[in-house]
Amino acid sequence: MALASPPRSTSSRGLGMDTFSPLKTTPAAHRTGGLDVTLSVNGRDHHLTLDPRVTLLDALREHLGLTGSKKGCDQGQCGACTVHVDGERHLACLTLAASAEGKSITTIEGLAPEEGSLHPMQQAFMDHDAFQCGYCTPGQIMSAVACIREGHARTDDDIREYMSGNLCRCAAYPNIVAAIKQARDQMEGARG
Amino acid sequence: MRPFSYERAADMAGAIEAASVASDAHIRAPVQFLAGGTTLLDLMKIDVMRPERLVDINPLAPALSGISVREDGLRLGALTKMSAAADHPDVIRNYPVLAQSLKLAASAQLRNMASLSGNVLQRTRCLYFRDVAWEACNKRNPGSGCAALEGNTRKHAILGVSPHCIAAYPGDFAQALLVLDATVAIAGRDGERTIPFHQLHRLPGDTPQAETNLAPGEIITHFDIPSRPWTRRSLYLKVRDRESYEFAVASAAVALDMQGGHVRDARIALGGVATIPWRASGAEEALKGGTLDESSAKAAAQAAFEPARAQGDNHFKIELGQATLVRALLDAASLEIRS
Repeated sequence: MALASPPRSTSSRGLGMDTFSPLKTTPAAHRTGGLDVTLSVNGRDHHLTLDPRVTLLDALREHLGLTGSKKGCDQGQCGACTVHVDGERHLACLTLAASAEGKSITTIEGLAPEEGSLHPMQQAFMDHDAFQCGYCTPGQIMSAVACIREGHARTDDDIREYMSGNLCRCAAYPNIVAAIKQARDQMEGARG
Repeated sequence: MRPFSYERAADMAGAIEAASVASDAHIRAPVQFLAGGTTLLDLMKIDVMRPERLVDINPLAPALSGISVREDGLRLGALTKMSAAADHPDVIRNYPVLAQSLKLAASAQLRNMASLSGNVLQRTRCLYFRDVAWEACNKRNPGSGCAALEGNTRKHAILGVSPHCIAAYPGDFAQALLVLDATVAIAGRDGERTIPFHQLHRLPGDTPQAETNLAPGEIITHFDIPSRPWTRRSLYLKVRDRESYEFAVASAAVALDMQGGHVRDARIALGGVATIPWRASGAEEALKGGTLDESSAKAAAQAAFEPARAQGDNHFKIELGQATLVRALLDAASLEIRS
């Protein structure tokens, strides 16, 4: 579906439309043109002017150059676009960028504690060869980190159930479960 | 996606006012509320919904979300996320059918996004409804006919169907609210009103485009679930084509008030098989006052599907739905309830 057809025109940078103060808006102030949106991504604020149709996923990929979050189905069915919004895993493809203003967004690019290092989950995916083509991997990793934080990775069955929103067409599932268990023990050990 | 305007609701009155625009069909209403967006944005991307104006009601979340446990029941704020209710210890322990229906729905990501009120209002997964290449859909284009009637009906409803629409209601949580006698609190232009949950959804009849009894601009504010003798002996059983992250082919929400093997009260709702969250009153009556065993459960399940009208590919749902209900009843009867 989405893979076969390019995304429709959602890019609207530089339309130069009226400025918009979403946090103070009244019903009379609605606009179909460019919205001034500030997104906080990986600890940095980005000021963008966006068409209201732009999803968080398109804002990340097309406007901020953060292409780690993947567009798989663009319909909320595959999980490849999973990012953290205020620490919870969300689907960026079903989130309007404008509605993400004021939230703290973390993408795969911002997961590692510092430049050049890897998050234990990233290392675990490599250690366990938890992918083949790798397209679903950023979403799997973001989802898996949240899954552990939620306390939903206690057993293999729990991991399978709570990771079911992330599809892997290469079917690397057994290795993904193994990677999550390794990272779980490290993440929980680190927490003390 | 077609162009639309986006604004954040400053307050409840403003949101209600903005969306109080008459429309012949909910689906066609030019102003739509945005909560979790998991149904709305999906349907906008595939051009099924074409709102001109979105009113983001998430700024109202402080007033409209939260779970409060009271002596006489549970109050769930409309904008409470599905995941928050599914993981709440009191909901899990004392209202298991609610927690299970939520946990078994969608994926972890979607449950973090979707609100409880949005969940009960989610739209059918009927493939003919979701694909605008099919001209005939009485829900999308009132009066245009129903492509499903001549099409693949494996996933369609067998209860509550009409000659104009056989689209199945896809949700799970609604069946749980139904068996627990939940009420829905609604705010609108004329103030607040409360209705029993079973009055929220409308049978398709000859107006399948009108899916609920909500007027334009009305906002669900919360659900109240009374604590009753049957709330703890309750469960949700969901049968589907794959083990997780899938809609029900057949499901049953069951709540029982038992004394020994004797059924004082039975409350049953069915999912995956009906056009709306479906209360199986016939099955409840069949069980009340008797003992619950495999043969009485089977008799009740037969009564539940007595009004079923299968067509095309969905005849199997009668047997599957009955087997699902039998298992749910027997499982609920055998639950150990600790005080």
